[in-house]
Amino acid sequence: MTDEVVQMLSPDSRPGLQIPHDTPAGPQYLLKLFVTGSTPRSLKAIANLTAICEKHLAGHYELLVIDLYQQPELAKDNKLVAAPTLIKSLPEPVRRVIGDMSDTAEVLVGLDINLK
Amino acid sequence: MTSMALLGAVPKLLASNFIIRILRPGKQVFQYRAYNNDRPRPSPCGNPLVGVLMASTKSVPSPRPTLRKSKTGISGFDDITGGGMPTGRPSLVCGFAGCGKTLFAMEFLVRGATQFGEPGVFIAFEESESDLVENVASLGFDLVELVKANMIRLDQIEIHRSDMSTSGEYDLEALFIRLGHAIDSIGAKRVVLDTLETLFGGFSNDSILRSELQRLFRWLKDRGITAIITAEREGGNLTRQGLEEYVSDCVILLDHRVIDQVSTRRLRVVKYRGSVHGTNEYPFLIDEDGITVMPLSSIGIDHGTSNERVSTGVKALDGMMGGQGLFRGSSVLLSGTTGTGKTSLASHFAYAASSGGEKCVYFAFEESPSQIVRNMKSIGLDLTPHLESGHLEIVSARPSHYGLEMHLATILKKIDSFSPQSIVLDPLTSLVNAGSFSDAQAMLIRLVDILKGKGITSYFTSIIHGGLALEASEVGMSSLMDTWLLVRQDEADGERNRLLYVLKSRGMSHSNQVREFLITGEGIQLREVYLGPQGVLTGTARIALESRELTEAAFNQEEAMRERALADVRRKIVEAQIAALKAELHASNLENERRGKGLERSREQDVEARESRARSRGYPLNGGSK
Repeated sequence: MTDEVVQMLSPDSRPGLQIPHDTPAGPQYLLKLFVTGSTPRSLKAIANLTAICEKHLAGHYELLVIDLYQQPELAKDNKLVAAPTLIKSLPEPVRRVIGDMSDTAEVLVGLDINLK
Repeated sequence: MTSMALLGAVPKLLASNFIIRILRPGKQVFQYRAYNNDRPRPSPCGNPLVGVLMASTKSVPSPRPTLRKSKTGISGFDDITGGGMPTGRPSLVCGFAGCGKTLFAMEFLVRGATQFGEPGVFIAFEESESDLVENVASLGFDLVELVKANMIRLDQIEIHRSDMSTSGEYDLEALFIRLGHAIDSIGAKRVVLDTLETLFGGFSNDSILRSELQRLFRWLKDRGITAIITAEREGGNLTRQGLEEYVSDCVILLDHRVIDQVSTRRLRVVKYRGSVHGTNEYPFLIDEDGITVMPLSSIGIDHGTSNERVSTGVKALDGMMGGQGLFRGSSVLLSGTTGTGKTSLASHFAYAASSGGEKCVYFAFEESPSQIVRNMKSIGLDLTPHLESGHLEIVSARPSHYGLEMHLATILKKIDSFSPQSIVLDPLTSLVNAGSFSDAQAMLIRLVDILKGKGITSYFTSIIHGGLALEASEVGMSSLMDTWLLVRQDEADGERNRLLYVLKSRGMSHSNQVREFLITGEGIQLREVYLGPQGVLTGTARIALESRELTEAAFNQEEAMRERALADVRRKIVEAQIAALKAELHASNLENERRGKGLERSREQDVEARESRARSRGYPLNGGSK
């Protein structure tokens, strides 16, 4: 899996995405967001998703942002058609969310996050 | 191509510093639309390659620009489209389920890869890669080998709506990347998207899909990819989602109709922008060699003619046609009611046509090869040596086994592989039962056209059903035929006799006589024309009249002899009478003579007596000087 990762969003390069290690709550999330270059839609999706993750999964998620232009073979491997596509690899079951992640409720459904 | 080079270069730029790029959203180098504006203007035909070519030769007066086409290799299809699919453009192949869309598209790719050296990408939306490989393996396409050789790339696109949710706007860029990657990985020139409309089931936002598909087609065009997009038909629409609005350069419609329980596949070029094309519905079939389209009705009547003659196999019949038989390459129709000896006559032709180094195929729709051989042996015609030497082949098939088009294709295939100089089709009418009347007629026209074009002498038999006029050739194809022989049976005096006559024979003098023929142990024999006082007689009537005439002649002869004898006798009587009369005459002559002599004697006696008396008296009588 790790070889697919194009860019790990490291905490120091993105001040808004600090991953606190001291508050593990619930299962560890492995998320992969496939984007297509630097289109506004890609950027919007990254921004929206990181915000949601920070709010709801802070501390127990790993987010990989992958540019399909750089690794086009991943499009086939991950059976992608639409972009941006978010794949929740862990925890099971695998789920997908497509779009710019602007509909927070849908993203949360896709991530199986129950807000009670 | 430049577009590909650009595409490749930009990601590399980005790769070095992805994050920074992301934070500078102003550069939209990836937008194909934006990129599109910088490209040289595409030529009217939309092919970037042609566009470049035309631009570079602007100063030279260019010849009339013709649309470049990519051969599909599908037999027949390239003929009706004048060269295949439009190069560098997407084409739409649509039809109802099971009409052969996927196969058509696959054959386009496989033939492109194997025959024209153009690698291709197959994007399957419906079937899995392994299913595809299996399905087309039955048609002799080895996809695994082609994939290994980097000539074909298969990619299955699955969309599971159930495990996918939508949040906000999206596009199908991932599909583009996927496709682009597949194309670049083998340098593909051809792409098949089968069936693109499945996307509409996977995504809820139709408007996004439509604009993305539009973009996809333009993208394919810009890359100079010759693409086939398949789509399912629905109702009266060509495609379920109206794809024909976007892919409008070339639209091929496939159809699979069942009429009278016999299915026929048909293909029609609905639209071909910038090109002439056959507009008819062309039957096609799918067999172990893939798709065969029969563009036969487009053939004009311009086949060459031959003055060479070939025998009908029956010498006396040749004699009825100017003494030399049929023209090579002509078509012969032999029609007659059942049991008139059509197969026997046809076998004679086949026998003659497979002699002397020539080859003949006998298509039998009613009898098996061995049955024909056995039956013909009984009339003294041994086909076995010709079969064994490979000069004659009997192909038997049940007419109802498959549709007309399949029959036609089988016949044509056999002709192609066997390359005979003549064929026999026995009987033609069986084929009519395999399809509708008009289909049969159209098919036969095409068959006759092809055979004439190839210079193959063809001998068709046709059954005329009882009750129909003899000249009523039920498939209405007698006008196609150069020679029409009619065999019939005449019933009279409790027996049926076979008669044969040449109804027409183009380009040669032919006998107008109705000839009786016999099927004997030494083959078919035509009898000499027998013209009695009551017209042409056949069979027993002929024999009866012949014997009657014989007796009459004999009787007449006797009569004459009697007459002669009587005359003889009469003559003899007359002769006898003449003899009697002559004798009588002689007798009376004699009598007269005798009477004359007696008178003289008595007169002498008188004189003597007077003299003696005178002497006695002493003085001579009458002067007495003595």
